[in-house]
Amino acid sequence: MDSNLTPRKLGLLQVILLAIPCIAVLVVPWFNRLEPSLFGIPFFYWWQLVWVPLSGVFIAIVYKMVVPSGSGD
Amino acid sequence: MNVVATLVFVTLFVFITVLGFVSAHWKKGDMTHLHEWGLGGRRFGGWITWFLIGGDLYTAYTFIAVPALVFGAGALGFFAVPYTVVIYPLVFAILPRLWVVARKHNYVTASDFVAGRYNSPGLALAIAVTGIVATMPYIALQLVGIQVVIGGLGFPTGHGLIGDLPLIIAFVILAAFTYTSGLRAPASIAVVKDLLVYITIIAMIVIIPIKMGGFGHIFAAIPKDHLLLPPIKDGNTGMISFYTTLAFGSALALMLYPHATTAVLAAKGPNTLRRNWVFLPAYSFVLGLIAMLGYVAYAAGIDKLPELAPYFAQYKAQFAMPGLLLHFFPSWFVGVGFAAVAIGALVPAAIMSIAAANLFTRNIYKAYINPTCSVAQETSMAKLFSLVVKFGALLFILFLPMTYAIQLQLLGGILILQTFPAIVSGIYTRWFDSKALLLGWAIGLGWGVWAASLTGFQKSAYALHLGGMVIPAYIGLYALVLNFVVAIIANLVIRQLGMGNNTDATAAADYAG
Repeated sequence: MDSNLTPRKLGLLQVILLAIPCIAVLVVPWFNRLEPSLFGIPFFYWWQLVWVPLSGVFIAIVYKMVVPSGSGD
Repeated sequence: MNVVATLVFVTLFVFITVLGFVSAHWKKGDMTHLHEWGLGGRRFGGWITWFLIGGDLYTAYTFIAVPALVFGAGALGFFAVPYTVVIYPLVFAILPRLWVVARKHNYVTASDFVAGRYNSPGLALAIAVTGIVATMPYIALQLVGIQVVIGGLGFPTGHGLIGDLPLIIAFVILAAFTYTSGLRAPASIAVVKDLLVYITIIAMIVIIPIKMGGFGHIFAAIPKDHLLLPPIKDGNTGMISFYTTLAFGSALALMLYPHATTAVLAAKGPNTLRRNWVFLPAYSFVLGLIAMLGYVAYAAGIDKLPELAPYFAQYKAQFAMPGLLLHFFPSWFVGVGFAAVAIGALVPAAIMSIAAANLFTRNIYKAYINPTCSVAQETSMAKLFSLVVKFGALLFILFLPMTYAIQLQLLGGILILQTFPAIVSGIYTRWFDSKALLLGWAIGLGWGVWAASLTGFQKSAYALHLGGMVIPAYIGLYALVLNFVVAIIANLVIRQLGMGNNTDATAAADYAG
C-alpha cells in the first residue's frame, strides 16, 4: 500500500475527540435529574439519547482526520 | 393460539431458512478453509458488515431484557444506552489494528493473535476457554428470547417436550444452515432481521405513545424514584457508581466476546470497520427507544391487563415488550414483531456458535490435539463443534431453569473482561510477558467469581469499602483492575529476574493500515 494512503495513528486530539462522547454519557451525577425535559422526556433520558448520534459525528470527524481519501477498504 | 400471527411468523421463518441455506453460494469461496466457513472469506463490505455487527451485538435477548429491566427497575435499565455509546469510540481506536495483524497472519480468533504475539499456547488456551465458557450461556439466552415469543404466540412453552417443539425446530434449522453456510448465513439473515427490527420498533415507538397521549403522559405516570438513580448519600455512591461502571465495563466486555471478534474480522478491511463505527450508533439509538418501551409498558399497566396477566405470571417482566405488541397491534403485525425477535435470536446464536467453534478448532484442537491436521480437517472439526455448542445450549434451556442461563451470562461478562489485558494491551505493546498476563487473568477471574458468589450469582455489583466510602461497582471492572495490577507487578518481577520471553511472531509494521 502507498504509505501516503495508510491511515495515520491517533494523536492526542483524536483521542480527546473520541473520549468526549464517552465522558458525556458517563458523568452520571451530572445528568441524573429530571429537568430540563424535552417533549416530556426527562433530562436523564434525552441527554443520553442525544449522545448516540453525536458519538457518530465525533467518530466521523476523527475518521476524516486519520483516513486519507482513497485509502481503500 | 394466535393463528394470523403464527402464520406470518412461520412464513418469515421459512423465508430466512431458505435464505440461510442459499447463502452458502454467496461470494463463493473454498468452504474447506476455516476463514471461508468461519469468517466468510473476510470479504464483507460496508453494508453487510453494518448489518452483521448490528445483528450480532444487538441480540434478541436485548430486545426482551432491556425493556424488562426498565419496566421492573427503572432508570438502571437505561445503562444499555451509555454502554452502547462508549463502545464505538473505543473500538475505533483498537480493533482496526487487530484486523490488520489478523489478516497478515491469517488469525481467525483473538486467541490466535495471543498465541502468535506472546509465543504462548498456554495463554492462548486460557483466552480461548474463557471465550467459549462465556459464550455458551449467551447462546442459551438467545433461546430464552425465542421461547418468550413462541409463548406469546399461544404455544405452551416450558410444559414438556410438546410445548418446546417449536423451539427445537427453530434450533435444528439454525444448526443446519450454520453447518452448511458458515458465517455467510447469519450475514444474509441479519439484513432481514434488522429490517424487521427497525420496522417493529419504529412502529411501536410512534404508534403506542400517540395512542397513550404522548411521552409527557407516559413519563408523568412513572413514579419519580423510578425515573432517576438514587443520589450519592452518606459516602455511599450507590447506584450512580454501579450504573457508570456497568455501562463502561459492559462496553469493554462486548468488544472482547468471540462473536464480536468474528464479525469484525469478517470485514473486508480496516477502513470498512472505521466507517462502520460511524454508523453503528444507529442501532444504539433504536436500543434507547426499546429501553423506553419499558416505561410505555409500565404506564399502560400492561401486566395488569387480564388477557396478558397469565403471560406475565410465566415470563415476568420479560413479557413487557411482547405484551405491548399483543395489546396495541393487529395480529399480522404481532407476527412480524415476534419474527423480528426470534430471527434476531438466530443471527447472534449462529455467529456465537461459529466463534466458539473457531476458538475450539484453532486454539484447542489444532494446538493440542491434532497439530498436523489438514486445512479441510480443521474446517470440518469447526463445523462439528458448532453443532456441539448449539446442542449444549438447547439442552441447557430445555432442562434447566431459565434463571441459570441469565446468571451464567452475567458471570460470562465478568470472565470475558479478564481477557482484556492479554488481547488489548497486546494490540499495542509487547511489554507484558505471557506468564504475567496468565497470572493476572487467573487472579482476576478467581476474585470475580468469588465476588459474584457473594451475591449468590444474582447480581453483578460488589461494594468496595475504601477510606470511609462505599463504592458499589460492576464486579467485572473491579476484577479487571486487580488483573492489571497483578499482571504489571508480576511482569516487573519477571523482567527483573530475566525470565521474560520476548518471542513475537508479529512485527510492528504488521499493525499499520
